[in-house]
Amino acid sequence: MHSRWTWRLVALPGVVWLAVFFLVAFYAVIAVAFGNQDTLSQPVPFWNPLDWNVGYVLDVLRNFWHREQYLTVSIRTIEFVALSILLCLLVGYPVAYFTARHAGRWKGVFLLLLIVPFWINYLMRMLAWINLLAPNGWGTRVLHDIGIERVFIWTGLLSARGGWLDGQPSAVIIAFVYGYVPFLILPLVVALDRIDQRQIDAARDLGASPFSAFRRVTLPLSKVGILAGCVLVALPMFGDYYTPDLVSASTKTNLIGNQIDQFTRQGSQKVTGAVLTLFLSAFLLLLMFYYLRTTRAATRVADEE
Amino acid sequence: MSWLRNPWGRPRWLLIITILYILWSILPVAIAVLFAFNDGRSRTTWQGFSMKWFTGSSGSVFHDPALQGALKHTLFLAVICVLIATPLGVALALGLQRWRGPGGGTINTVMLLPLVTPEIVMGVALLLLFLRVFPDIGVGTPAQAIGQVTFTLSYVVVIVRGRLTSIGPEYEEAAADLGAPPRDQLSRVVLPLLVPAIIASAAVAFALSIDDFVVTQYLSGNASTTTVSMLLYSSARGAPTPALNALATVALLITLATLALAFLVYRRFAGGGEAAAVAALEV
Repeated sequence: MHSRWTWRLVALPGVVWLAVFFLVAFYAVIAVAFGNQDTLSQPVPFWNPLDWNVGYVLDVLRNFWHREQYLTVSIRTIEFVALSILLCLLVGYPVAYFTARHAGRWKGVFLLLLIVPFWINYLMRMLAWINLLAPNGWGTRVLHDIGIERVFIWTGLLSARGGWLDGQPSAVIIAFVYGYVPFLILPLVVALDRIDQRQIDAARDLGASPFSAFRRVTLPLSKVGILAGCVLVALPMFGDYYTPDLVSASTKTNLIGNQIDQFTRQGSQKVTGAVLTLFLSAFLLLLMFYYLRTTRAATRVADEE
Repeated sequence: MSWLRNPWGRPRWLLIITILYILWSILPVAIAVLFAFNDGRSRTTWQGFSMKWFTGSSGSVFHDPALQGALKHTLFLAVICVLIATPLGVALALGLQRWRGPGGGTINTVMLLPLVTPEIVMGVALLLLFLRVFPDIGVGTPAQAIGQVTFTLSYVVVIVRGRLTSIGPEYEEAAADLGAPPRDQLSRVVLPLLVPAIIASAAVAFALSIDDFVVTQYLSGNASTTTVSMLLYSSARGAPTPALNALATVALLITLATLALAFLVYRRFAGGGEAAAVAALEV
């Protein structure tokens, strides 16, 4: 009997699981953020919206308004993420472009090589760089010998010789690029792969130079892939606390993730931590909304054409 | 390849950039693996080849209690995660694929949300849930397993639904026309066709669990619930010996072997060649 209820029953355990451990869990963040704390500074959630206490939310807003710590950390986070994404695009676009459009029969091999970093533990990839950038590590020596270290010191991006892991914002941004660029490349490969070669040929036949054919045909057609890739790397970067902890371990590079981590997991300011988590989620939700609206508009335009 | 005809044209430097990028992305990890075999205590100066950080009698992966404990706990959580997430995800995928009437779209959206939620948000949410709603479970191994299942579930559903879409309804309809009762249609037609996707999703769940860090760290109780990733985080800066590299290497080999196996199984049984297999694993 293929009744609709049979299949709903099959889906039920998974639906209940997601409801309890995802939806209720997220509601717990809201209930704690609008709750209170007991004398042992443990959070006391207020489940009923009618009981909500806005005190802690107002405290955080006041901190932002007076340009105190949370604002500093948030602005730093946005700067770091924006710079990292820009560098990810500079590194990732040529690689994705080559793999999608010029790799020929080697495409499968290149794709496989691009996927490998996905399946290497992120922390092991960071460990690799920590070993390389230690004061007498191989990476530090190479960077010194080929003169990159001197350029970084000269431009103020590195404060002392061999001090890559001593709280340098530049090291955190480079680690971000290394850690997340694979997630940006794959959606780009997919988007570039879908572009019809005939559209580019048409532009060339009509007299466009290779560069202007790229700028006016390929680049606009890959916009959806660029956006998707940027969102895919932005989301985990905004919640990252372990990368700055590992490659910098300095309060100078504290991001919003570090602030939340210190309040919730390590510390006893869980209510304030929950408020910040809520603010971060709201911000990322806006980002997702913008992304969905843009891609939907772009696909609609493509369909009409 | 067009650059053969015009070797100094644009694709040539694109090829060079791509190869440099791939070297940059893989070489540091290869060097970290190399140092796991260093015959000395340094993680930065090469002193000859040795297996002592794997099998040596003191301070090695297989003899140091802390390293061994982390490896065992990581594998234990991964097995539990696969055993729960795979059946739960396959059932959810089947149910959602055949969902008629309202509600299906909403559930589908909720199912996809864990894929885009930053891990720290899930970590904080689950931590507060286990502290305040389920204090009897509390933090520790069961909480870690539940947390890992919650985000691996979505990957299982996405992989299995992809396969269900590519199979299409024809086989089931043929079975129904030939008189098979619904239960046999499922157990003798649909499930056998799903085997490659089930194996692939189990392998992905296993690898995700081993590599997970944030949720596992937020829900860990005490030192006995430390995993390989957590140990990497807490001692990467201060580790005294290459034993940490050796531990990471063992975890890496287990992950890659699992995925390679799943890749081969998928290619062997699902057809569609390499592209489909790569697509199944690149979630």
